[in-house]
Amino acid sequence: MIDLYFIQDVLLPPLIEGVLVTIKLIILSIPSGLILGILIAVGRVYGNKFISSLCAIYTIFFRGTPLLVQLFIIYYALPSIGIFFSPFMAAVTGFILCSGAYHSEYIRGAIQSIKTGQMMAAEALGMSRIKAVLYIILPQALRRAIPGCSNEIIYLIKYSSLAFMVTCVELTGAGKIIATRHFRYTEVFLVVGIIYLLVVSIVTKFLNILEKKLRIPGLE
Amino acid sequence: MTENLLLVYQSLPYLLKGSIITLKLIGGALALGLIIGIPMAIGQVYGNKYVANLISFYVWFFRGLPVLVLLFLFYFGLFLFLGFNLTALTAAILVLGFRSAAYQSQIFRGSIQSIGEGQMMAARSLGMTKFKAIWYIILPQALRISIPGWSNEYSIILKDSAVTYAIGLMEIITRGNFIATRTYQPLPIFLTCAAIFLILTYGGVKLLNILEKKVKIPGYGSYSNSGEEY
Amino acid sequence: MHEDNKIILKVEEIYKRYRKEEVLRGISFEVRKGETKVIIGPSGSGKSTLLRCINQLTIPDKGQVWLEGEEVTHAKKSINQFRQKMGMVFQDFNLFDHINALGNVEIGLIRVKGMDKNRAREKAMEELKQVGLEKQAYLYPAQLSGGQKQRVSIARALAMNPSVMLFDEPTSALDPELIGEVLEVIKKLAINGMTMVVVTHEMGFARSVANEVIFIESGRIIDQGSPYKLFTNPEHERTKKFLYKITELYGKSVEER
Repeated sequence: MIDLYFIQDVLLPPLIEGVLVTIKLIILSIPSGLILGILIAVGRVYGNKFISSLCAIYTIFFRGTPLLVQLFIIYYALPSIGIFFSPFMAAVTGFILCSGAYHSEYIRGAIQSIKTGQMMAAEALGMSRIKAVLYIILPQALRRAIPGCSNEIIYLIKYSSLAFMVTCVELTGAGKIIATRHFRYTEVFLVVGIIYLLVVSIVTKFLNILEKKLRIPGLE
Repeated sequence: MTENLLLVYQSLPYLLKGSIITLKLIGGALALGLIIGIPMAIGQVYGNKYVANLISFYVWFFRGLPVLVLLFLFYFGLFLFLGFNLTALTAAILVLGFRSAAYQSQIFRGSIQSIGEGQMMAARSLGMTKFKAIWYIILPQALRISIPGWSNEYSIILKDSAVTYAIGLMEIITRGNFIATRTYQPLPIFLTCAAIFLILTYGGVKLLNILEKKVKIPGYGSYSNSGEEY
Repeated sequence: MHEDNKIILKVEEIYKRYRKEEVLRGISFEVRKGETKVIIGPSGSGKSTLLRCINQLTIPDKGQVWLEGEEVTHAKKSINQFRQKMGMVFQDFNLFDHINALGNVEIGLIRVKGMDKNRAREKAMEELKQVGLEKQAYLYPAQLSGGQKQRVSIARALAMNPSVMLFDEPTSALDPELIGEVLEVIKKLAINGMTMVVVTHEMGFARSVANEVIFIESGRIIDQGSPYKLFTNPEHERTKKFLYKITELYGKSVEER
C-alpha cells in the first residue's frame, strides 16, 4: 500500500516547498505576535482607561472568534472596503493579530502575579513607570509567561496550516493538492503529519531548554 | 448601511441553522473527549508503565498534528481506507472528539495529580479498592478542579469547529461563505459569523462559570488561575 | 554634634483616608540634618502609610512635605528627582528578584542616574562592602537569607546618595537571630551622620540610636521627645500602655532596656 517511490519522487519535492512556506509564515508571525502580545498586556495593565479598554476589546474579539473567520475577514472581506492582502500576507497578519491576543493574556496574568512591592521599590528609587515596567516588571513577568507563550507558539506552528484556507500553499496545502491529484490521501497526510510532529517536537524541546536557561537562580 | 443590516437580518436564519450543526459537533466532540479522556487520565496516573506510555503516544500524536491535517487524514483517507462511509458531521465529531480526548486527558491528569496522595491513602486505609477510591474520592474532586481547564477546551473546540469548513460541513462559516460569494457582501456576513461565535464562546464560558460556582466545595477558593480565563 | 541645624525633611499636617477609615489625621514633624527620628506605635496606626506619603508612593489627601526646602507634595514632574534623594527600605525587602545583589544595588545608578556602567559597578561594590556583603555580590535574592536581603536593600538605597533614609519596619519580617546584623548597619549609618526616619518595634534600638522618638496611635502623634524622656517618663497614659505591652512581649521592663 505504501509506495516509497511515490513518496520520494512525487510527494516530497512539493512538500518541501510547502515546508519552506510554512517556515516563512512562522518566522514572521511568531516574534511579531509575541511583541504585540507584550504591548497589549502592558497597555491593558498600565494604560489609562481608554487604552486599557481598547486592549480588552481587541483581546476579547481575537480570542473569542475562530482564526479561520479572522483570516476570511482579512482576505475575502477587507477588499470590499479597499484593503487588499496577498494570501501570504493575509495569513501572516491574521496569525500575528490572533496569537498576539493569546500571548497578551498569558503575559497579563504573569504581570499581575508579580508582587506589588517590586513596583514600589522601583519607584522608590526614582524610576518612572516606564522604566520600572521595562527593567523590573517585564523581565520577571516574561519569564513567568514562558510556559503559556511556548504553548501558544506551538499552537501557531500547527494553525499555520489554515493559511491554505486563504489559498496560501504551505505544507498542508501542498499535501492536499498532491493527494487530490493522485487520490492518495492516507499516505500523503501521514507524511505531512509526521513532518508536523517532527517540527513540533523539535521546537518544544528547544523551548524547554530556553526556559531552563532563563530560570532565575534560587527560585524553584 | 441599511442594506447591509437587511442582508444580515435575512441571512440569520440560515446562519443560525449552521450554529445548530456547530453545537451538535461540539457537543459530540466534547462528550467523546470526556468519555475517552477521563479513563486515559486515570490510566496515566494509576496505570502501569505500558499503558501510560501508550496513552502518552496517543496524546503526542493527536496534539502534535494540526486539526486541518487530522481532518484531511481521516475524512479523505483513513475512514475510507477502513471502509467507513461517514457523513461530514460524524467524521468531524470523531476526529475532533479523539483530538479533544488527548487534551482533556491532560487536564484531568493535572487535576488528579494535584489532589494530594493523602486522599488515596485514606481511602485505601478504609479498605476501598483502587477503583472505588478513584470513583468515590478522587474523581469527584478532580472533576470540579477541572472545570476552568475544561471551559478553556470548550472555547478551543468551538473555534476549531470552523475548520470543518475544509471538509464541507455546513456549519456557521461554511454557510457564511456560501452567502458571501452569492451576495458579494463578505464583510457584513463574516462579521455576523464572528459575532455568533463570540456569543457562543463567551456565553458558554459564562454558563460553565455558573456551573463551577454551583458545584463548588464549600470553603475552597476559586480553582481558576490567571491566564486560564477566556 | 551636628554641623548645621538645617531642616532636611519637613512634614506638615498630613491626612490620609482609605475608604472610610482616616489613617493619618494631621501628622507634622521636622527632621534636621544628621538626626534620627524613630516612630513607634501600634499596628495599623498609619506608620507605614506615613513613610509612603513622604516619598509620594502614597499621595496624602491633605498636607505638605518639604525636602531640603523644596516642596515635594505638589511637584508632579520632578517626583522622581525627589525620590532619588530619599532612600527607602521596606519591611519585605522588595529586592528585584531577577537580578543578583550587585545588580540590585547598581540598577538605580545605571537606569535612573544614568551613571556609566563601570563607575556604577564600582560604587555598588563599595556599598555592598559597607554592609558587609561583598562576598555575596553575585548571589540572587532567592539565595540570600532575610538579613542579607535587607542589608542589600539598604545598600541599594544608600548607593543613590540620598539626603534622608526612610526605614519601614526594617526588621519586622526577619527571624530573631538575623535582626542584629541589620540593626548594626542602621546604627552605623546613624553614627556617621545620616538623616533618618525609622519606623520600628525594636525599642532597644530606638533607645540607643534615636535623637527623638515619636509615638503615633490612630493616625495622630500622641507623644514626642527624647528616648530617655519617652521610655522612662512618658507624658501620656496611652504611651505608657503601649510601652508596657511591648516590654511585656519582650520580657523586660522599660528601665532594664
